[in-house]
Amino acid sequence: MATTAVPTTAVAQPKMVSLTIEGRTVSVPEGTSILEAGKRAGVLIPHYCYHPGLSIAGNCRMCLVDVEKAPKLAPACATAAAEGQNVHIYTEKALEARKGVLEMLLINHPLDCPICDKSGECELQDFTYQEGPGESRLRDPKRFHPVEDFGGDVLYTTNRCILCTRCVRFMDEIAQDTVLNVEERGDRAVIGKFEGKDLTNPWAGNVIDLCPVGALLSKDSLNKARSWELDHAPSICPGCSQGCNISIDTRDNTVVRLRPRPNEEVNAYFMCDTGRLDYRWIDRQDRVEVPLVRRGESLAAVDWDVAIPAAASLLDGKRAFVAASPNLSNETLFLLSRLMRSNGGNGGFTVHTGPEAPLPGVKDLSLRADRAANGDGAALLGFKRSGALLDGLSAGDVLVVADADVSGVTAEQLALASAIIVIGTTLPETLRTAMVVLPIANYAEEDGTFTNLRGRVQRFAQAKAAPGMARPSWWVVGDLLAALGKGEAYYLASEAFSALASEVPAFAGMTYDGLGMRGLVVVGGAQ
Amino acid sequence: MGYPHPSHAGETPILSKYFGDQDGIGLEGWRKRGGYDGLLKALSMTPGEIVDVVKASGLRGRGGAGFPTGIKWSFMKPGDGKPHYLCCNADESEPGTFKDREIMRWTPHALVEGCAIGAYAIGAEMAYIYIRGEFTEPLIRMGQAVREAYDAGILGTNAMGTGKRIDIVIHKGAGAYICGEETAMMNSIEGRRGNPRIKPPFPAVSGVFAQPTTINNVETLAAVPHIIVRGADWYKGMSLSSPKSTGSKLFSVCGNIAKPGNYEVTMGFSFKDFLYDLCGGPLPGRKFKAVIPGGISVPIQTMEEAEATKMDYEGFVEQGSMLGSGGVIVFDDQQNMVKQIARAARFFAHESCAQCTQCREGTAWTTKIMERIRDGEGTAEDLDTLFSIADNMTGTTICVLSDSCAVPVVSGINKFRSEFEALIKKPTFHPVTAAVA
Repeated sequence: MATTAVPTTAVAQPKMVSLTIEGRTVSVPEGTSILEAGKRAGVLIPHYCYHPGLSIAGNCRMCLVDVEKAPKLAPACATAAAEGQNVHIYTEKALEARKGVLEMLLINHPLDCPICDKSGECELQDFTYQEGPGESRLRDPKRFHPVEDFGGDVLYTTNRCILCTRCVRFMDEIAQDTVLNVEERGDRAVIGKFEGKDLTNPWAGNVIDLCPVGALLSKDSLNKARSWELDHAPSICPGCSQGCNISIDTRDNTVVRLRPRPNEEVNAYFMCDTGRLDYRWIDRQDRVEVPLVRRGESLAAVDWDVAIPAAASLLDGKRAFVAASPNLSNETLFLLSRLMRSNGGNGGFTVHTGPEAPLPGVKDLSLRADRAANGDGAALLGFKRSGALLDGLSAGDVLVVADADVSGVTAEQLALASAIIVIGTTLPETLRTAMVVLPIANYAEEDGTFTNLRGRVQRFAQAKAAPGMARPSWWVVGDLLAALGKGEAYYLASEAFSALASEVPAFAGMTYDGLGMRGLVVVGGAQ
Repeated sequence: MGYPHPSHAGETPILSKYFGDQDGIGLEGWRKRGGYDGLLKALSMTPGEIVDVVKASGLRGRGGAGFPTGIKWSFMKPGDGKPHYLCCNADESEPGTFKDREIMRWTPHALVEGCAIGAYAIGAEMAYIYIRGEFTEPLIRMGQAVREAYDAGILGTNAMGTGKRIDIVIHKGAGAYICGEETAMMNSIEGRRGNPRIKPPFPAVSGVFAQPTTINNVETLAAVPHIIVRGADWYKGMSLSSPKSTGSKLFSVCGNIAKPGNYEVTMGFSFKDFLYDLCGGPLPGRKFKAVIPGGISVPIQTMEEAEATKMDYEGFVEQGSMLGSGGVIVFDDQQNMVKQIARAARFFAHESCAQCTQCREGTAWTTKIMERIRDGEGTAEDLDTLFSIADNMTGTTICVLSDSCAVPVVSGINKFRSEFEALIKKPTFHPVTAAVA
C-alpha cells in the first residue's frame, strides 16, 4: 500500500466565538447560550427557569439582556452567543424589563419569607434585593391556593410558585417519569400531578433543590432550620458506590439535610432520595466517646496514650486480621492494610446490597447495588470482599474490627481470635469481649477520600465535630502503626494520602490539591 | 358575498362566491363549480413553479401577520431528505373573526384543494388541518370533504392519478385560543400542551415533530387554487393597492352594525364605504364610535381614523391599527369602551398559556384593574399602572399574546381617555387610602 491510514484520535475542536458581556470579552464554543457565556465571563445573568441540567424553557423572561443591534431584548438562556456580539446586562431597558418581571412574579407571591424554609437561599429574594421594585402596585386581592402534598418527600406551596417548570422538566426529561404537569392556564396555572401519580420516584427529591423559590419543600427538613444558620461542608454520599457529590448542611453540630453538589463527572446536579434521606445515623447518640481498655471483666475508660500502647502490645509480632468497613476512607484503609500486612496477616470486608435505581436522563448515574462508599477503594488496597466478614480469620490472629458491621458474626467465630481490637464509632454487643476499643470519627467528622465504582477518587471534608475523645480514623491507625514502629503518625489527612499515593501505584501522583473538588480516576481505572 | 346577506355590488366574491350554496358543499357540486382544476394544473407544474406563481401573485398570509406566502413556501428546501409538513391553521379563535368558519362550512373542498396544492408546493406528503374544537359544523363538513377527496382519488398515494402522494389529516383542537399561535399549534398536533415555542428555530427549520413545517391560514390556502387557475397577474390586478397588498380579503363584521356578516372586498377598498354602504351603517338612531378592524389583538380605531382608512395591510397601519385577521368589531355610541376593553382583557387573561411571567401575571393584573375601573373603583394612578404593565408586556415574551392584551388597553386609554376618567371620578363608598404603603 502506498499510504497508511492515520488513526484520527483527536476529537474535533468546537468552533469558538468571542463576544463581549458587560465589557468582558469571553470566548466560548459555538452554540453556547449568552447566559452560560456570561458565567464564564464572571457575570451572573439573573434567571429562574434556566438550569444547566435541563432543557431550555425560556418562560420566566428574567434573563432578558440587551444585545447591541438586536431589535428587542433577548432571553440570554435561549439566545446563542455569536461572534462579535456586545451584550449589556444593566442597561436601563434591560433593568426595567427585569424589574417588570420581578414585580409580576411578586404580585401574587405571599411574601411570607419569615416563615419560608427557602428564605436566605431563595433566588426570588436574591434578585428582588438586587434589582426588583421596592413595593408592589397591586391594589387587588392576591390569589390563594392551599398547600399540596406531592407525595414522597415533597410539599408544594402553590402560592410561592413562579411556574418556572424546572420540576416538570426534571421529572419528564431526567427522571423520565411523567408525574408533574402545568395545570390550567393564565394566572390560574399551578403545578399539578397526573391522576394517581405521586412524587415517589427514587430521584424525585431533586425537584426540591431545583426549585428556585420556596414552592417545593422537603418534608424531612421542613421548619428545621433557617438557611443562614446552616454550615455547609462539601462531602461524598456514602450511600452507595456511585459517590455522588453532596453538601452536608449542619446546624449546631447536627446534620439537618444532605443536598447534591454539582459534579458533571459523577452525579451532574442530582442525588437519589435514598442517599438524601439517610443521614440520621451520622448523629447517633450511642457512640464510643473515650478509648477503652480491658481491666478484668470490664472495659475501663483511659486516655489515648494508654490505649494506643495497649493495642500495640497486643499486635506486636502477631498476625492480624482486619475486618474493615467499606465506608472507611482510602487513607484509613491504606494504613490498616499496612497494619495487616506487617506480620503477614490479611483482611476482608462485606458490602450490603440493594436494588439498583438508575436516573435515565444522566449517563452512568444510578443508585448502585453496592450500598457502600468505598468498597472499590478497599479492594484496591488489598482487602478481600467476601460474603462473611470473618472469612480468612485464622486461629490465633489478632482480630481488628475497623468499624465493620458485625451483625451475623457469632461468638464462636470470634473465639478463634487471640484478642479483639475495635477501632470504631460504636461498640456493638457482639464485640464486648474486645481488649481495646479505639473511638474514631465517622466520615462526616473527618477529612478523607473515597474511591467510587469507576475508580474516581474524591475528597470529602469534615462537616461536624466528633464526639468526646474520638479521633479521625487515619489518625488513630497512624498512631497505632507508629507505636508498633511500622510507620509514622499523621496529623493531616492529606499527609496520610500522600503516603498512600507514594506507595500504591493506582494512586500514583495524586495529591489533595490535584484531586480538587471533582476528583481524579485511579491509574488503570474505568472511564 | 356578504353572507348571510345578498351580495353587494361593491364586493368581489372570489372565496365567498358559493357561501350559502348548499350544492357546492359536496364534491360533485364543487366540481361543477370548477373545483380541483387548480390542483390538476398544479400537479402538472413543478413545486418551484407553483412557489414562483404564488410569489408573483403577492399573496400574503391572511391569518394576521401578512407574511408573503410565496416567500414562506420558498423557505422549505426541497430534497433535504426530511419529511416536510404543511399545517393549515383553522383554529380561528380571534374574537370578532369568523371568515375561515364560513370557508369550511360552505366550500370545504376549496380548502382541501388549497392544502393539497400547498403541500405539493413545499414537498410535503402530509398536511394537517388544525380545526378549532368548538367548530362542530366545519369539522363535520371538512371531514366529509376529505373523505370524498380520498374516495375520488384526489388525495392519497396517487393524487389525481399523477402518482404523487398527498395526505390530509384533520386535527381537532381542544378549545385553546393560544393553539392558533403557530408553534403552540405544532405542540398541540404532537399531542403536547399547547405552549408556544421559542423562536428560533423557526418552523421552516424545525416545526411539527422537529421537521420543516409551513403553517398557512385557511383563507390563504383557499385563495391558492384561484391563483393557480387564473394566474398571478389576475390576482394582483384586482387589487386597488397592488403591488404591496394584492387580491381580495374576507372581512367578518360584527358588533353594532346594521348588517353583520362576511364581506369580501379587494385590497384597498374604502373602509368608510365598507362600513356605511356594504354593511348598512349604524343601527337606526345610533352613531358609530369606534372600530377594531382586525380582530381584538389590533389597536382600536376612532371613527375619524376608520373613515380615512384604505382596507389593505398598509392602509390600516397608516391609520393607527392593523389589518390583522379581518375581524371587524364595530362599537356605537351606546357602548362604554371601558367595559368593552375590560372584557377583551379578561379574554386574554383566560387564554394566556401561563408560560411567560409578564403574560401570565400581566393579563390577569390588567383585567383586575380594568374591571375595577369599570366598576367605578378605579384611581387616577391606575391608568399609569396600566400603561406601565402594558409596557412590560410588549415585546418581552415568547409569543405575542401578551402584546395583544396590551394593545386594546393602550389604544383604548389613549383614544377614549375621557370614558376612563368619567368612571374614575365617580365617587365611591370605598375611598382609596394610602393602605398600600
